[in-house]
Amino acid sequence: MFDYIIRRIFYAIPILIGVNLITFTLFFVVNTPDDMARMQLGIKRVTPEAISKWKQERGYDKPLVYNGAEEGAQKFTHTIFFEKSTAMFVFDFGRADDGRDIAHEIKTRMLPSLAIALPVFLLVLVAYVTFALMMVFFRATYIDFWGVVLCVALMSISSLFYIISGQFFISKLWHLVPISGFSGGLDMGKFLVLPVVIGVISGAGASTRWYRTIFLEEMGKDYVRTARAKGLPASIILFRHVLRNAMIPILTGAVVVIPLLFLGSLIAESFFGIPGLGSYTIDAINSQDFAVVRAMVFLGSFLYIIGLILTDISYTLVDPRISLE
Amino acid sequence: MTFKPVILWTDALIYLLLVVVIIFAWYVRRNEHLLAPWRRVGHSVSGMMALTVLILFISIGLLDTIHFRPSVQANGSTNNKIYGVQVLSLFDVIATPLRINIEKTYSAPFATHLYTRETIEFSEGKQVREFPRLEFGGAHLRNPEEQFVADVTWRTVAGLSLGLFVWSAFVILLVMLMAYRSGKEFMQTLSAILRNETEVPWNAVFRMLALIFSLLGIALSLSACYHIFGTDKVGQDVFYQSLKSIRTGLVIGTLTTLMMLPFALLLGIMAGYFRGWIDDVIQYIYTTLSSIPSVLLIAATVLMMQVYMETHPELFDTIAVRADLRLLFLCIILGVTSWTGLCRLLRGETLKIREMEYIQAAHSFGVSHWRIISRHILPNVMHIVLIATVMDFSGLVLAEAVLSYVGVGVDPSMISFGTMINAARLEMAREPMVWWALLSSFTFMFTLVLSANLFADAVQDAFNPRVRTLSFINRKIVPR
Repeated sequence: MFDYIIRRIFYAIPILIGVNLITFTLFFVVNTPDDMARMQLGIKRVTPEAISKWKQERGYDKPLVYNGAEEGAQKFTHTIFFEKSTAMFVFDFGRADDGRDIAHEIKTRMLPSLAIALPVFLLVLVAYVTFALMMVFFRATYIDFWGVVLCVALMSISSLFYIISGQFFISKLWHLVPISGFSGGLDMGKFLVLPVVIGVISGAGASTRWYRTIFLEEMGKDYVRTARAKGLPASIILFRHVLRNAMIPILTGAVVVIPLLFLGSLIAESFFGIPGLGSYTIDAINSQDFAVVRAMVFLGSFLYIIGLILTDISYTLVDPRISLE
Repeated sequence: MTFKPVILWTDALIYLLLVVVIIFAWYVRRNEHLLAPWRRVGHSVSGMMALTVLILFISIGLLDTIHFRPSVQANGSTNNKIYGVQVLSLFDVIATPLRINIEKTYSAPFATHLYTRETIEFSEGKQVREFPRLEFGGAHLRNPEEQFVADVTWRTVAGLSLGLFVWSAFVILLVMLMAYRSGKEFMQTLSAILRNETEVPWNAVFRMLALIFSLLGIALSLSACYHIFGTDKVGQDVFYQSLKSIRTGLVIGTLTTLMMLPFALLLGIMAGYFRGWIDDVIQYIYTTLSSIPSVLLIAATVLMMQVYMETHPELFDTIAVRADLRLLFLCIILGVTSWTGLCRLLRGETLKIREMEYIQAAHSFGVSHWRIISRHILPNVMHIVLIATVMDFSGLVLAEAVLSYVGVGVDPSMISFGTMINAARLEMAREPMVWWALLSSFTFMFTLVLSANLFADAVQDAFNPRVRTLSFINRKIVPR
């Protein structure tokens, strides 16, 4: 298994290089650093000196991929592509436009993001697997039918609606919790309740329905029929046989997002004013801070690849037939 | 009034899509084996009711797609016509009263007075701060406090009866057509529908149509004299904006799929069919693309597109063209980021199909690769493409709202559900709250997405594929 993990990590390298190529093309080739500088400094009245100063501050004052002015290997190393890419691979993301170190920001903002994303993730998993099991238990009855109807209706509501109406009723009308904000320590709880609850509710329809289809598919298999023929009660079939066999598809969907929880949720964080990575990204998008967006794209794919490796490892934990060799 | 037709990029693509759909429908009608699953869709009650609502939305969207630039009255010379920079659509012309009756600022639904106080100066020089009357909303009432209830009731009843009248005419026409086509008596057909004995659930469809027509009638008669969903910050009618948003939602939902289909089909089938290094390369491409979280990739790409548009302003001659191109780019970007899921599915399916005996037989007869793919493989994966298309639609409409909120959605000058919600959200803290724009956009979006979801379910049930893998695509698009 250890060999397998090592191999997977090596497989991840070409993918990360590919991601780096994509971000490089997006951020430096589609628009040259000159374009970006002009955009940031104002389109019309901008002097060439201001542009070159802007570029120099960010280290964009070199050729893109090939530097003819240098000697030997430096023809390739003294370029934006090489310098920015190697920095990315050692997690040196450079500085944001406000002069702060991006890597440091990411480190401090990870925890608030996690404080919301982790409870949401766990609650969604537990609550909706339970609901789905219940619907499958009562399948082909009115409970199942209206459950599906409710799921489809909930799926059709925009997540923005949950956030806005939650903020309006719970915080503004009934004054139960603060509308937005964040603080460390014990106070954290009262700021977290609403985003977590809304995060859980907004995933209700899609998650329940997805788990239900997984369980239904499992219910149609031969071993369930055998178990039923043996005379096992429905509850034991459901919880002991179906649930355990359905773990693989559930894990496929769930484990892969665990590392991504660090990135937090873009929408919820900016609505509730939580200083996490999600709101950091939104602020960067709105202020057109290219370095931050680029760092977040790279970090996101890095975490996703870790998630894929974790998924494979989790398979061996729930299914003894799978061994990673 | 003379006009100059304008075909924006998205318009052209919508026309293209329409042509493709018509050709597809014509082809399906001629082939019984293709028609069979569509019959099953036609027998689903919820599916047909949803389709009825969808057709209403689509027709509004299509009316809003036919664009032109009206001529501006030139002084004296009639030969030299000048066309305004404002691009209007056929829908704008139909909804002219809604479009041009602009108040000063916010007003609540059915309000006769403005939302904010203003200083009014009387002729004697006395000044009073009060809520002024609206210029258009309820302007025909001399004494709103007394006449309002009676007027609204009267107009509702009138609108309702108009709607029901048009509905019965429409139903009679439709039943006559059905009777003519099946060669039965009119009364026979009608009673079969009334007793709900038809294969296609016409009974349910007609009930849905009754609801739609009466709502339309009421909305028409009331919105002639009131702002039935209020007005927004610059005094524009929210009902008009909600109707305009429909086209944006439809464009995002359909054109994105149109953009991604060529990629997904070509690459997915190639990877599964040829295997070997082609498979490796394609798998590498989609693994890399899908490993970037989709919201971040979309955000980064839209950001770069914004820079490009800012630094190349000479490419766009009117605001409408600019907004439209941005919408198109958004569709392309959403397409590029979301083709990977479908591509993976198609690759898997092709891998399975290429081992079938009939493919081996085709190989041994010396049929070319291209012909095997187009004759034997493509038709056998089409159901996956179809289901993915209808399932993605609702996710994309929802995604538009979220993306516009994040600031990477449609152009701020383009009316869409996302921009409406975004503008209304900023007024949440007002006292009393400005709630009508939010409610209206959420209601319209909910109706559109719900009917799309129900229709997608009906299609999926009819084509009976492996449900799970496909519902996974749908989960990925909506950024959370």
